[in-house]
Amino acid sequence: MKIDDHDHVTIPPNGKAHEPQPAWREEFPIDWPKDEFRSRRDFTKMLGLTSLAFVAGQVWIGVLSIMRKSRSAPARMDLGLLDELPIGGAKRFEFPSPGHPCLIVRLEKDSVVAFGQKCTHLSCPVIPNAELGKFLCPCHHGSFDIKTGRPLAGPPRRPLPKIELEIKDGRVYAVGFAEAGA
Amino acid sequence: MKGLSTLHQRNSMVLAIVCIVLCLVVMQLWLLTATMEAFLGGEDFIVWPAAAASLALFGLNFGLLHFYLRTLSC
Repeated sequence: MKIDDHDHVTIPPNGKAHEPQPAWREEFPIDWPKDEFRSRRDFTKMLGLTSLAFVAGQVWIGVLSIMRKSRSAPARMDLGLLDELPIGGAKRFEFPSPGHPCLIVRLEKDSVVAFGQKCTHLSCPVIPNAELGKFLCPCHHGSFDIKTGRPLAGPPRRPLPKIELEIKDGRVYAVGFAEAGA
Repeated sequence: MKGLSTLHQRNSMVLAIVCIVLCLVVMQLWLLTATMEAFLGGEDFIVWPAAAASLALFGLNFGLLHFYLRTLSC
Protein backbone atom coordinates (compact mmCIF):
# COMPACT_ATOMS: atom_id res chain seq x y z
CA MET A 1 0.00 0.00 0.00
CA LYS A 2 1.34 3.37 -0.97
CA ILE A 3 0.58 6.26 1.34
CA ASP A 4 -0.44 9.15 -0.85
CA ASP A 5 -1.98 11.55 1.61
CA HIS A 6 0.17 11.47 4.74
CA ASP A 7 -1.74 14.19 6.52
CA HIS A 8 -5.01 12.30 6.47
CA VAL A 9 -4.01 8.67 6.55
CA THR A 10 -1.26 8.27 9.06
CA ILE A 11 1.02 9.93 11.60
CA PRO A 12 4.13 7.95 12.54
CA PRO A 13 4.28 7.00 16.22
CA ASN A 14 7.64 8.72 16.66
CA GLY A 15 6.19 11.96 15.29
CA LYS A 16 8.94 12.41 12.68
CA ALA A 17 8.42 13.28 9.03
CA HIS A 18 7.15 10.62 6.68
CA GLU A 19 10.04 10.53 4.27
CA PRO A 20 12.72 9.11 6.63
CA GLN A 21 10.38 6.41 7.94
CA PRO A 22 11.37 2.80 7.28
CA ALA A 23 9.76 0.98 4.38
CA TRP A 24 7.64 -1.25 6.65
CA ARG A 25 5.67 1.80 7.77
CA GLU A 26 4.04 1.82 4.39
CA GLU A 27 2.80 -1.72 4.98
CA PHE A 28 1.64 -1.01 8.51
CA PRO A 29 0.38 2.56 8.49
CA ILE A 30 -0.84 2.88 12.07
CA ASP A 31 -3.18 5.79 12.16
CA TRP A 32 -2.79 7.13 15.67
CA PRO A 33 -5.45 9.85 15.56
CA LYS A 34 -8.02 7.40 14.27
CA ASP A 35 -6.86 4.69 16.65
CA GLU A 36 -7.38 6.93 19.67
CA PHE A 37 -10.49 8.56 18.37
CA ARG A 38 -13.76 7.92 20.16
CA SER A 39 -16.60 9.64 18.45
CA ARG A 40 -19.21 11.62 20.33
CA ARG A 41 -21.80 9.34 18.84
CA ASP A 42 -20.09 6.25 20.31
CA PHE A 43 -19.76 7.98 23.67
CA THR A 44 -23.46 8.82 23.69
CA LYS A 45 -24.38 5.26 22.73
CA MET A 46 -22.23 4.03 25.61
CA LEU A 47 -24.10 6.38 27.95
CA GLY A 48 -27.38 4.89 26.71
CA LEU A 49 -26.16 1.36 27.42
CA THR A 50 -24.96 2.46 30.88
CA SER A 51 -28.41 3.88 31.55
CA LEU A 52 -29.97 0.55 30.54
CA ALA A 53 -27.53 -1.30 32.80
CA PHE A 54 -28.64 0.85 35.75
CA VAL A 55 -32.28 -0.06 35.06
CA ALA A 56 -31.26 -3.73 34.99
CA GLY A 57 -29.50 -3.22 38.35
CA GLN A 58 -32.64 -1.69 39.86
CA VAL A 59 -34.78 -4.58 38.61
CA TRP A 60 -32.24 -7.03 40.04
CA ILE A 61 -32.54 -5.40 43.48
CA GLY A 62 -36.34 -5.70 43.12
CA VAL A 63 -36.02 -9.42 42.37
CA LEU A 64 -33.74 -9.87 45.40
CA SER A 65 -36.32 -8.03 47.50
CA ILE A 66 -39.10 -10.40 46.36
CA MET A 67 -36.88 -13.42 47.02
CA ARG A 68 -36.12 -12.13 50.51
CA LYS A 69 -39.81 -11.65 51.30
CA SER A 70 -40.76 -15.11 50.08
CA ARG A 71 -38.05 -16.81 52.12
CA SER A 72 -39.51 -18.91 54.92
CA ALA A 73 -39.04 -17.85 58.53
CA PRO A 74 -35.88 -19.22 60.17
CA ALA A 75 -36.17 -22.11 62.56
CA ARG A 76 -36.41 -21.25 66.25
CA MET A 77 -33.07 -21.64 68.02
CA ASP A 78 -32.44 -22.37 71.68
CA LEU A 79 -29.78 -20.02 73.06
CA GLY A 80 -29.65 -21.54 76.54
CA LEU A 81 -30.69 -20.42 80.00
CA LEU A 82 -30.99 -16.70 80.62
CA ASP A 83 -29.32 -17.05 84.02
CA GLU A 84 -26.21 -18.55 82.40
CA LEU A 85 -25.52 -15.10 80.96
CA PRO A 86 -24.24 -12.55 83.53
CA ILE A 87 -25.64 -9.00 83.47
CA GLY A 88 -23.52 -7.04 80.99
CA GLY A 89 -22.26 -10.29 79.50
CA ALA A 90 -22.54 -11.43 75.90
CA LYS A 91 -22.56 -14.71 74.05
CA ARG A 92 -21.90 -15.42 70.39
CA PHE A 93 -24.14 -17.70 68.35
CA GLU A 94 -24.87 -18.33 64.69
CA PHE A 95 -28.37 -17.61 63.43
CA PRO A 96 -30.25 -18.53 61.26
CA SER A 97 -27.52 -20.75 59.82
CA PRO A 98 -23.79 -21.32 60.35
CA GLY A 99 -21.70 -18.47 58.98
CA HIS A 100 -24.05 -15.75 60.27
CA PRO A 101 -22.51 -14.67 63.60
CA CYS A 102 -24.77 -12.95 66.11
CA LEU A 103 -24.44 -11.67 69.66
CA ILE A 104 -26.82 -11.89 72.56
CA VAL A 105 -26.24 -9.33 75.33
CA ARG A 106 -27.89 -9.26 78.75
CA LEU A 107 -28.40 -5.62 79.61
CA GLU A 108 -30.33 -5.98 82.87
CA LYS A 109 -31.86 -8.77 84.91
CA ASP A 110 -34.85 -9.13 82.58
CA SER A 111 -33.57 -7.32 79.53
CA VAL A 112 -31.75 -9.16 76.81
CA VAL A 113 -31.06 -8.16 73.19
CA ALA A 114 -29.51 -9.87 70.19
CA PHE A 115 -28.06 -8.49 66.96
CA GLY A 116 -26.10 -9.68 63.96
CA GLN A 117 -22.40 -9.33 64.69
CA LYS A 118 -21.31 -8.09 61.25
CA CYS A 119 -20.75 -4.35 61.08
CA THR A 120 -23.00 -2.86 58.38
CA HIS A 121 -20.05 -0.94 56.96
CA LEU A 122 -17.61 -3.65 55.88
CA SER A 123 -18.73 -6.71 57.90
CA CYS A 124 -16.07 -6.62 60.60
CA PRO A 125 -17.27 -8.35 63.81
CA VAL A 126 -18.54 -5.82 66.34
CA ILE A 127 -17.61 -6.09 70.02
CA PRO A 128 -20.18 -5.39 72.76
CA ASN A 129 -19.34 -2.98 75.56
CA ALA A 130 -22.23 -2.92 78.01
CA GLU A 131 -20.58 -0.23 80.17
CA LEU A 132 -20.48 2.21 77.27
CA GLY A 133 -23.80 0.95 75.97
CA LYS A 134 -22.33 0.36 72.53
CA PHE A 135 -21.24 -2.22 70.05
CA LEU A 136 -17.80 -1.13 68.87
CA CYS A 137 -16.32 -1.92 65.49
CA PRO A 138 -12.52 -2.05 65.73
CA CYS A 139 -11.92 -1.75 61.99
CA HIS A 140 -13.03 1.84 61.38
CA HIS A 141 -14.10 2.94 64.88
CA GLY A 142 -17.80 2.66 64.16
CA SER A 143 -20.24 2.18 67.01
CA PHE A 144 -23.85 1.09 67.44
CA ASP A 145 -26.34 1.56 70.24
CA ILE A 146 -26.45 -1.62 72.27
CA LYS A 147 -30.23 -1.39 72.88
CA THR A 148 -31.43 -0.60 69.37
CA GLY A 149 -28.50 -1.45 67.10
CA ARG A 150 -28.66 2.01 65.51
CA PRO A 151 -25.38 3.48 64.25
CA LEU A 152 -23.93 6.15 66.55
CA ALA A 153 -20.56 7.02 65.08
CA GLY A 154 -18.11 6.17 62.34
CA PRO A 155 -18.78 5.07 58.79
CA PRO A 156 -21.75 2.68 59.29
CA ARG A 157 -25.08 4.19 58.26
CA ARG A 158 -27.38 1.19 58.65
CA PRO A 159 -28.40 -0.45 61.95
CA LEU A 160 -27.31 -3.93 62.96
CA PRO A 161 -29.94 -6.55 62.10
CA LYS A 162 -31.99 -7.14 65.23
CA ILE A 163 -32.96 -10.65 66.24
CA GLU A 164 -36.30 -11.28 67.88
CA LEU A 165 -35.99 -13.19 71.13
CA GLU A 166 -38.47 -15.12 73.18
CA ILE A 167 -37.98 -16.07 76.82
CA LYS A 168 -39.86 -19.13 77.96
CA ASP A 169 -39.33 -21.04 81.20
CA GLY A 170 -36.05 -19.21 81.78
CA ARG A 171 -34.66 -20.19 78.37
CA VAL A 172 -33.93 -17.74 75.56
CA TYR A 173 -34.92 -18.54 71.98
CA ALA A 174 -34.05 -16.71 68.76
CA VAL A 175 -37.23 -16.71 66.68
CA GLY A 176 -36.47 -14.46 63.69
CA PHE A 177 -35.35 -11.07 62.50
CA ALA A 178 -37.11 -7.88 63.52
CA GLU A 179 -38.41 -5.62 60.74
CA ALA A 180 -36.23 -2.62 59.88
CA GLY A 181 -37.02 0.35 62.09
CA ALA A 182 -38.76 -1.83 64.68
CA MET B 1 -33.42 19.71 10.04
CA LYS B 2 -34.10 23.11 8.49
CA GLY B 3 -33.87 25.03 11.76
CA LEU B 4 -30.57 23.43 12.68
CA SER B 5 -28.86 23.57 9.38
CA THR B 6 -25.58 25.14 10.39
CA LEU B 7 -22.84 23.01 11.81
CA HIS B 8 -22.44 25.34 14.78
CA GLN B 9 -26.10 25.08 15.77
CA ARG B 10 -26.07 21.33 15.38
CA ASN B 11 -22.91 21.08 17.42
CA SER B 12 -24.46 23.08 20.26
CA MET B 13 -27.55 20.87 20.25
CA VAL B 14 -25.47 17.70 20.33
CA LEU B 15 -23.37 19.00 23.21
CA ALA B 16 -26.50 19.97 25.14
CA ILE B 17 -27.99 16.51 24.60
CA VAL B 18 -24.79 14.77 25.70
CA CYS B 19 -24.67 16.93 28.85
CA ILE B 20 -28.32 16.20 29.69
CA VAL B 21 -27.85 12.46 29.11
CA LEU B 22 -24.75 12.51 31.29
CA CYS B 23 -26.66 14.23 34.11
CA LEU B 24 -29.49 11.69 33.86
CA VAL B 25 -27.03 8.79 33.98
CA VAL B 26 -25.41 10.28 37.11
CA MET B 27 -28.89 10.54 38.67
CA GLN B 28 -29.48 6.88 37.85
CA LEU B 29 -26.18 5.97 39.50
CA TRP B 30 -27.20 7.86 42.64
CA LEU B 31 -30.61 6.16 42.57
CA LEU B 32 -29.00 2.73 42.30
CA THR B 33 -26.63 3.28 45.22
CA ALA B 34 -29.39 4.77 47.39
CA THR B 35 -31.70 1.85 46.57
CA MET B 36 -28.99 -0.70 47.36
CA GLU B 37 -28.31 1.05 50.67
CA ALA B 38 -32.02 1.00 51.56
CA PHE B 39 -32.38 -2.63 50.50
CA LEU B 40 -29.44 -3.72 52.64
CA GLY B 41 -30.98 -1.77 55.53
CA GLY B 42 -34.16 -3.83 55.19
CA GLU B 43 -36.29 -1.09 53.62
CA ASP B 44 -37.96 -2.88 50.74
CA PHE B 45 -40.77 -0.41 50.06
CA ILE B 46 -38.47 1.94 48.13
CA VAL B 47 -37.13 -0.68 45.71
CA TRP B 48 -39.84 -0.75 43.03
CA PRO B 49 -40.61 3.01 42.97
CA ALA B 50 -36.87 3.58 42.50
CA ALA B 51 -36.81 1.03 39.66
CA ALA B 52 -39.73 2.85 38.02
CA ALA B 53 -37.91 6.18 38.36
CA SER B 54 -34.77 4.69 36.85
CA LEU B 55 -36.82 3.29 33.96
CA ALA B 56 -38.36 6.73 33.39
CA LEU B 57 -34.88 8.28 33.29
CA PHE B 58 -33.79 5.64 30.81
CA GLY B 59 -36.85 6.44 28.66
CA LEU B 60 -35.83 10.10 28.65
CA ASN B 61 -32.26 9.12 27.74
CA PHE B 62 -33.50 6.87 24.98
CA GLY B 63 -35.66 9.65 23.53
CA LEU B 64 -32.78 12.11 23.56
CA LEU B 65 -30.40 9.58 22.04
CA HIS B 66 -32.93 8.73 19.36
CA PHE B 67 -33.30 12.41 18.51
CA TYR B 68 -29.53 12.80 18.37
CA LEU B 69 -28.78 9.71 16.31
CA ARG B 70 -31.71 10.00 13.89
CA THR B 71 -32.13 13.72 13.47
CA LEU B 72 -29.02 15.63 14.40
CA SER B 73 -26.25 13.40 13.14
CA CYS B 74 -27.40 13.03 9.57
